[in-house]
Amino acid sequence: MSAAPAVDTDVVMRATGITKVYGGTHALRGVDFDVRRGHVTALIGENGAGKSTLMKIFAGVETPTTGTIELDGQPVTFRSPTEAVDHGVAIIHQELNLCPNLSIADNIFIGRERKRGAFVDFSAQREAAASLLAHLEEPIDPTTLVGNLRLGQQQVVEIARALSEDTRVLIMDEPTSALSATEVRVLFRVIRELTARGVSIIYISHHLDECLEIADRAVILRDGNVVAEAPMSEVDLGWIVTQMVGREESALYAPMAHDPGKPLLEISDLIVADPDNPERLAVKSVSVTVHAGEVVGLYGLMGAGRTELLEAVAGRNPVHGGRVVLDGRDLTHASIPERIGAGLVLVPEDRQRDGLVPSLSVGRNMGLAAVRRFVSGAFVKRREERKAVDETSDQVRVKGSGQDAPIGSLSGGNQQKVVVGRALLTRPRVLVLDEPTRGIDVGAKADIFALMAAEARTGAGVLFATSEVSEVLHASDRIIVLARGQVAAEFDPRRTSREQLMAASDVSSAAPTSDEDD
Amino acid sequence: MATATTPRTTSAPATTSTQRGVGEFLLDQRAFVALIVLIIIFSLMSDAFLTPTNLVTMTKHVAYNAILAMGMLLVIVSGGIDLSIGSTVGLSGIVAGVMLQGWELSIFDTTAYPAVWVVVLVALTVGGIVGLINGVLITRFNVAPFIATLGTLYVARGAALLISNGSTFPRLQGDPALGNTGFSFLGTGRPLGVPTAIWIMILFAIVIAVLVTRTPFGRWLYATGGNERAAQLGGVPVRSVKTRVYVISGICAGMAGLIIASELTSAAPQTGQTFELNAIAAVVIGGASLSGGRGTVKGALIGAFVIGFLSDGLVLVGVSSFWQTVIKGLVIVLAVMLDQGQERLKKARAAALAAQNVRRDLATQTPGPSR
Repeated sequence: MSAAPAVDTDVVMRATGITKVYGGTHALRGVDFDVRRGHVTALIGENGAGKSTLMKIFAGVETPTTGTIELDGQPVTFRSPTEAVDHGVAIIHQELNLCPNLSIADNIFIGRERKRGAFVDFSAQREAAASLLAHLEEPIDPTTLVGNLRLGQQQVVEIARALSEDTRVLIMDEPTSALSATEVRVLFRVIRELTARGVSIIYISHHLDECLEIADRAVILRDGNVVAEAPMSEVDLGWIVTQMVGREESALYAPMAHDPGKPLLEISDLIVADPDNPERLAVKSVSVTVHAGEVVGLYGLMGAGRTELLEAVAGRNPVHGGRVVLDGRDLTHASIPERIGAGLVLVPEDRQRDGLVPSLSVGRNMGLAAVRRFVSGAFVKRREERKAVDETSDQVRVKGSGQDAPIGSLSGGNQQKVVVGRALLTRPRVLVLDEPTRGIDVGAKADIFALMAAEARTGAGVLFATSEVSEVLHASDRIIVLARGQVAAEFDPRRTSREQLMAASDVSSAAPTSDEDD
Repeated sequence: MATATTPRTTSAPATTSTQRGVGEFLLDQRAFVALIVLIIIFSLMSDAFLTPTNLVTMTKHVAYNAILAMGMLLVIVSGGIDLSIGSTVGLSGIVAGVMLQGWELSIFDTTAYPAVWVVVLVALTVGGIVGLINGVLITRFNVAPFIATLGTLYVARGAALLISNGSTFPRLQGDPALGNTGFSFLGTGRPLGVPTAIWIMILFAIVIAVLVTRTPFGRWLYATGGNERAAQLGGVPVRSVKTRVYVISGICAGMAGLIIASELTSAAPQTGQTFELNAIAAVVIGGASLSGGRGTVKGALIGAFVIGFLSDGLVLVGVSSFWQTVIKGLVIVLAVMLDQGQERLKKARAAALAAQNVRRDLATQTPGPSR
């Protein structure tokens, strides 16, 4: 795989044969990866391709199962993020790793506080933080609590933290997911300043146009393997997409074209507060209707309110206004069991946190939501339950060692199928899925889309949220774009381009800035 | 450029049960092994240990701890903790004592002498109410289980002292003239030659085992303890499950209080101090996880037997009570250490297996394109 193994002084950091295994999941399968001095390398791949895992290994958050990392030709092992930082390797995480209860300055210097004697030098930290923020054109008071910042500003704090370190290799994992267009421009300016100083950047983004603009080189990761790499100047969007998906894109998706029936799920003027920051509204008056036999795709960037909307529909988050009606029955304030009984069930976004019960077997995980279906008198009819779980396992095509195996023995894709199977076992009338393909391999992805289409064919309604343009374009009958907690646009996927969708979702480029402080 | 075909997760990893050594089996059944080892050691050290009479006596001592442990098991599996059961033991005994000695109803200016079955029912209800208060505090007012049950630990103990005015109710055998005899049957009766307390323990074990393995409540209990958020989204009535768990634990404590009061034919308000710690220890030795989601009735029972046999055995072979305390503590910590070791072993094994699969996948991939 490695081309021309000559001594390359241009290479700052080199990874050879990296594999990483989580439980039964193979996140990386022998990756070779070079980082060149003063270059921006774009690491591109679908959800679950292994990008974040590879970068966590580089940053010392994870240790590889096998393989070596060299820094300036010297083999290194990072046992912790601090060790990586000591070697000049820093990361801006995809999930913001900030303490909301601390100030901006405290967050920036956490773990390596500026000291005067034995004490923290707060004033020096404040000044340094203020100048970093000014450089990033985000003049916020550094004593502000991070919890009071909007998501984009939090991301800027995260960037400032990485800049405050003396960095040689800076990894940016989805740094722009919550940034406005102007903030992205500032970030790109900072990146160019850094590379001019000889800092190497590894850039990860779903926004391929960003990668095309800022990166010098593209490395494509698919299913834990590096499948292609090339100078950015020699490639175009089409090449990248083909390499990412690894097959004709349309082959991933089941044919759509359903005949929508009567309206099944009617969400009207729904208002939901941000559960982490109750003063802010995550969903501001959203109305969506899902018809029988229809797959509705909900597209939006991080922080657009997709998850909050779906969790409110499923009964996890309280609703502050509006109505949720399923086939004429008002479920706005119904409990989750009532909603499931009525036929409204959610496949959550975060499989580990909200989906799986790690201590239970595959079968018990899948049967969890449908226990009531198998109750006779005081007892669970275990034989019937087993049979139904087996049938659903076949339907969703779980590959594993049967329903008594521990859930941790399955790969990510199969775990996701178990969670989808759990929802199907409740015989839903409307199936709601939040990022159903996050962190799973291409084959499992195709299976999940096929299941969604099959559910719609049987007359159920399907509502799914995604941040992948190609998914929403190919797997839905109708697209609703959310931006900043509101419906920004509605599209027919057959007559919509990627660019139209992305433009509609990026409301900050069009809207006045006064809309930002809410 | 490598252009390998997308490797879909092929064959399922070989079932883990194929190559389980004897050592791992012993580690898995360590509580049971520990019990056998204890029995062997003590029977070597004392001829009196392994006699039917002594075994029955020891089991009778185990009984109330086992009942407490089974209630505690449910709480711990749900992800909580119940510190109040020791106080509930005392309170339930005192309530029984008051009623058997003559319940002064000042409003009616009479003294009631309720029948024994009424006394038992009321004492169990009192235990259940303490549990209900715990459950409501935890699920409705979001008080952490540790704090909520620490609060009821004090309140229930205080209530027992207030009711009894700090003194002991002696002579609870009842009076044939008043028709309230028979209370001592719980503690000293021997139907079919086996002490009543042991029968009660068996009854509780069967009921609770059926509850956790056969009913929807059992399903929901393990799901709630394993991942509360996932359980909630799966339609599990998490709050009701948790509340019920504390009620059951309270009832178990009430039962233990009755057995002790009956055995001593007297009720003291101080009864049951630190019993909660014995129950927690038994549950943990039985392999339950304090973070919830894991634990069995069988394990909790064995755990209670380990602790009980250890205490009685140490007494029998003449170890000082000070050393008994030290040894008990060491056993508990050792149990948890083994538990952690086993967890690590399992994880390491899973990772090794998965890594092996990756290498095999890689090896089959590299020699040219597949069909």
